[in-house]
Amino acid sequence: MASEILMPALSPTMEEGTLAKWLVKEGDTVNSGDILAEIETDKATMEFEAVDEGVIGKILIPEGSEGVKVNTAIAVLLDEGESYDADTASAPAASGGAAPVEAPAAPTPVPAAAAAPAAPEVDDSPDWPEGTPTVQTTVREALRDAMAEEMRSDENVFLMGEEVAEYQGAYKVSQGLLDEFGPKRVIDTPITEHGFAGIATGAAFGGLRPIVEFMTFNFAMQAIDHIINSAAKTLYMSGGQMGAPMVFRGPNGAAARVGAQHSQDYAAWYMQIPGLKVAMPYSAADAKGLMKTAIRDNNPVIFLENEILYGRSFEVPKLDDFTVPFGKARIWRQGEDVTIVSFGIGMQYALQAAEKLAGEGISAEVIDLRTLRPMDLPTVIKSVMKTNRLVTVEEGWPQGSVGSYIASEVMQQAFDYLDAPVITCTGKDVPMPYAANLEKHALVTTDEVIAAVKQVTYR
Amino acid sequence: MAARKSTKKPNVSADELKTYYREMLLIRRFEEKAGQLYGMGLIGGFCHLYIGQEAVVVGLEAAAEEGDKRITSYRDHGHMLACGMDPDGVMAELTGRAGGYSKGKGGSMHMFSKEKHFYGGHGIVGAQVPLGAGLAFADKYKGNGRVTFTYFGDGAANQGQVYEAFNMAALWDLPVIFVIENNQYAMGTSQARSTSTPDIYTRGAAFGIPGEAVDGMNVLSVKEAGERAVAHCRSGKGPYILEVKTYRYRGHSMSDPAKYRTREEVQKMRSERDPIEQVREMLLTGKHATEDDLKAIDKEIKDIVNKSAEFSKESPEPSLDELWTDIYADATQQQSA
Repeated sequence: MASEILMPALSPTMEEGTLAKWLVKEGDTVNSGDILAEIETDKATMEFEAVDEGVIGKILIPEGSEGVKVNTAIAVLLDEGESYDADTASAPAASGGAAPVEAPAAPTPVPAAAAAPAAPEVDDSPDWPEGTPTVQTTVREALRDAMAEEMRSDENVFLMGEEVAEYQGAYKVSQGLLDEFGPKRVIDTPITEHGFAGIATGAAFGGLRPIVEFMTFNFAMQAIDHIINSAAKTLYMSGGQMGAPMVFRGPNGAAARVGAQHSQDYAAWYMQIPGLKVAMPYSAADAKGLMKTAIRDNNPVIFLENEILYGRSFEVPKLDDFTVPFGKARIWRQGEDVTIVSFGIGMQYALQAAEKLAGEGISAEVIDLRTLRPMDLPTVIKSVMKTNRLVTVEEGWPQGSVGSYIASEVMQQAFDYLDAPVITCTGKDVPMPYAANLEKHALVTTDEVIAAVKQVTYR
Repeated sequence: MAARKSTKKPNVSADELKTYYREMLLIRRFEEKAGQLYGMGLIGGFCHLYIGQEAVVVGLEAAAEEGDKRITSYRDHGHMLACGMDPDGVMAELTGRAGGYSKGKGGSMHMFSKEKHFYGGHGIVGAQVPLGAGLAFADKYKGNGRVTFTYFGDGAANQGQVYEAFNMAALWDLPVIFVIENNQYAMGTSQARSTSTPDIYTRGAAFGIPGEAVDGMNVLSVKEAGERAVAHCRSGKGPYILEVKTYRYRGHSMSDPAKYRTREEVQKMRSERDPIEQVREMLLTGKHATEDDLKAIDKEIKDIVNKSAEFSKESPEPSLDELWTDIYADATQQQSA
């Protein structure tokens, strides 16, 4: 049966082209793979191959024709022994098919009404039952305890990274884990972040639950392709068939006097990626509870720790299985005059500022986001509806910061409740310097937070 | 070591030969049809055809056992068909329809099948190499005796992460077969212009990984080499490298005019070394099959491919709700091995 040969699209963007040259003539027998014609696209001259076998019955578009639209019939292909006549050509069976049915237009998103939103629903339940005994624990120990507890309960959980095993951790976070779990589950890697992040992601595809320690997140830039392109996107790209249940963890942000390449806060980077979850705890209790949640989560989790916080002690509840859910902020101080939102080490500036401000008669509500993706914006907005003023605090850079995202969300969702512009306190827009005095100024400071609060409260 | 050339009479049954013929022909015809649908605008974006390389995946799948894993780059249609994935689902993914393996959300370069242990379909050159070593890591951790075929091209062989993966795979004795599909061109750059050594398999020596070059246009040579590699990996001796010398007839992707090589070079390969013609010749000269037998197979394959094309056109586009699904696995969506 006769079929039409159609003008092909030969690039992702081609809509028409020039039929530069026919390499077959009417009456020629062609086999699949034979070159029929040369077609010029906007980029190149391409050879156009036959798919089906047959005899060229009629050439419909002569060579040299310009502006031939894709899917125009350019020739008629006959079966062996068949002859060409105009009737055959009038309704040949197109060897192609129908264009896809247009999907109905997506409903245009209606912008959230800016005015007078209802107070959002928030979960402000305590993290642990009142009366639970607590024990002073460092952030370092809390992280280790969380990993050990999860490794005891699930044999598919393992830890890999540089110096995590025999050295007991570059920052001693994995101290004792090799002794308890052995070298099969606590694995020293070579210094090869891209490679071991890829291997761990493959192991997660294969059914394990890896914890990958980066000695610091600065070095994870070597591995960021696997974190984003391999770990975060595969569940979506596979239509839900397989994903990467794993944790990428390690110290993030400035330590002290280690200069530009070892002092970067990646919170805003990872927070942007759909498919990732991002936790950035401040206290030891949150470090423990969020780490246990992270290891159990069926998605890739970025767990941003901080070297300076490792040695700080906090009360951690004595519970057999203490977890903190993702997407639930913690209100550290109730207040009336201003809301200060922070996370991770930024909380130390927020809390110090709130303490000093209290002495001056300014009552600040301090919120620790704890996780940045998902982010508990309802708790922030509910607080802003009470205080009408907002200051955000982080060590990262200003452009595209976590604070600028929060500010834009609050503007869109609670504009009428704001009595002053939101101020985002961030690190300075410079690479981290080495000199002690410069480094101090490059980071956000408590004084800057206090000044910002006074500005938004017009004091 | 040069590519092994079998001089002895191949020890292979008529049924086996017919199976290889059928499987290679399925890939060839499927890819030709994909090229046609691309030309009609039904397949968009990037589309990398496997035509010419069919013997590589068909030979290696013949050496695999149930439960073994495979992972590759974006030139992945052949691997999926060879491991038994449904041509309908693959073609419908190419056209971006709900009936595709990834519900239309992955496309030509990003397809997966948990059921067939096919772990993608990866669009970043070389990324699948540590991922494949990681799959093997999981199998070794579980002690299940499985091996992983990790495919990559001569172009990817110049990525640093390949050697990071070689090092750890050797260090930890991971049961992974690194299959370098050397089709001689990294997109438009010939191997001579991109690669300092002509024999890529020798690069494993720096890590203590044995390797060999294989005639990738001969499905029986590929299968034999695959069996050696599988035996090595399954016995716990760690990784193995197969550099399979092959050739792609088409451009790097559909939009590549392939001006970096001569038409004569392609024609010579097609007329003298074609993997499907070689098996066809063996079947006919060995009197394992008649012309009519082969015509029947051709017809059967053509029907399968036409059916997949029809399915890929008739399957609806994904519903708009799908935009928002599969971003996060929920708590109950437990991964299993």
